[in-house]
Amino acid sequence: MIRVVLPYHLRNLAHMDGEVELEVAAPVTVGAVLDALEARHPVLRGTIRDHATLKRRSFVRFFVCKEDWSLEPPETSLPEAIVSGAEPFLIIGAMAGG
Amino acid sequence: MSTIRILVGTKKGAFILTADGARKNWEVSGPHFAGWEMYHLKGSPVDPNRIYASQSSGWFGQIIQRSDDGGKTWNTPGSSAEELKSAEGFPKGESNKFVYAGEAGTHKWFDGSQHPWEFKRVWHVEPSLTDPDTAYAGVEDAAIFKTTDGGKTWQELPGLRRAKGNLWQPGAGGMAVHTILLDPKNEKRIYVAISAGGCFRTDDGGNTWKPITRGLKSPFELPDPDAEVGHCVHRITLHPSRPDVLFMQKHWDVLRTDNAGEQWTEVSGNLPSDFGFPIDVHAHEPETIFVVPITSDSLHFPPEGKLRVYRSRTGGNEWEALTKGLPQKDCYVNVLRDAMAVDQLDPCGIYFGTTGGQVYGSADGGDTWNAIVRDLPAVYSVEVQTLP
Repeated sequence: MIRVVLPYHLRNLAHMDGEVELEVAAPVTVGAVLDALEARHPVLRGTIRDHATLKRRSFVRFFVCKEDWSLEPPETSLPEAIVSGAEPFLIIGAMAGG
Repeated sequence: MSTIRILVGTKKGAFILTADGARKNWEVSGPHFAGWEMYHLKGSPVDPNRIYASQSSGWFGQIIQRSDDGGKTWNTPGSSAEELKSAEGFPKGESNKFVYAGEAGTHKWFDGSQHPWEFKRVWHVEPSLTDPDTAYAGVEDAAIFKTTDGGKTWQELPGLRRAKGNLWQPGAGGMAVHTILLDPKNEKRIYVAISAGGCFRTDDGGNTWKPITRGLKSPFELPDPDAEVGHCVHRITLHPSRPDVLFMQKHWDVLRTDNAGEQWTEVSGNLPSDFGFPIDVHAHEPETIFVVPITSDSLHFPPEGKLRVYRSRTGGNEWEALTKGLPQKDCYVNVLRDAMAVDQLDPCGIYFGTTGGQVYGSADGGDTWNAIVRDLPAVYSVEVQTLP
């Protein structure tokens, strides 16, 4: 079971509290987790990555086991701690002013 | 007695202001979508309880929201209660997919090079005059999209960008279709305005478009005095009884056309500055128009720190300052292009919002003004619904 933590505004948009729990078939990659998340919550499509290119939006970051994975290719396999659900996959709204 | 409902889009959420026809006591609802930039909200003329809203964020992009109960509840289109399909009741709507048709192409960039079109946000939503499920969206980078299913899906009308789109260029505020005017007497005719692309018209429902800029002069932005496109048009407006007569607030200059944009004539007259953003027409007097002069393109605040609406009862050229109830010293707010609107009552009400978070209203055609609210986030847009 993959645990995904969304930022405040995306939790509101998806009408949910707490973490999202997802079943993701192996290999569990960044892209596969996002595919599963968007399949469960279509309203999130386009908010984390671009509709057309599937590129990560500039001010969205991915944190994995206390490391910034934002620049990892989407086909990168996630560590066992994420796959097992011991650690959550964090989707973060990057620091920005305004 | 009628009800007036004002839809206010701000930098940090949407607000709905409601009063009866006396327009004295206002109820404030909001913030809706707190923390999101709300560029524009507008109700359907044929179903006023259906309101479309553009919700966006620098972090998470664009969302379209829709209310079918006058702004009490909202859903991403496709996610209303009866349409929810998931067992958990999560929204299924995917109303934010704005993908340019075909090859996105390029437009002019700040350094003169060509730059790919990139969708950023919806600046303006214009619901159809006849069908509540149909609406148009003006977007940045400049293009127009259309929905015919209540906002669930959006398709570009790519003919607009074929009107010399490669020569359009962003200004400091971006490059967006910010104004869409639907001709109430000719359903095939639509006008749009673009900063900094110019002004365009279609006579075939959006398949083909042509620049309508003859008479516009922009010597400080465009060295070519005969440039067809590239003018920084800030706002256009019309009175529904005379859709061939349009008024324009350009970057500099206030202008009018009496032949659907074939020829424009400057009517700035005695304005203290002809720079500004909004322009609107009185609900019952087609030759009475309102602007808010701003000092200059370098100084986006009112001349002399005095917030003044200027009214012309002659379709331009002769202007009078309207100041009663508006701050006449130390005022350095701006009024953005989509932040002025009129109601349909008699006497006509006029409303505008400022970047300082005030929404001012006049229930007597502009003679006197009151602040309806004072401390909202910066106001991006103001629309008014007159309800029976």
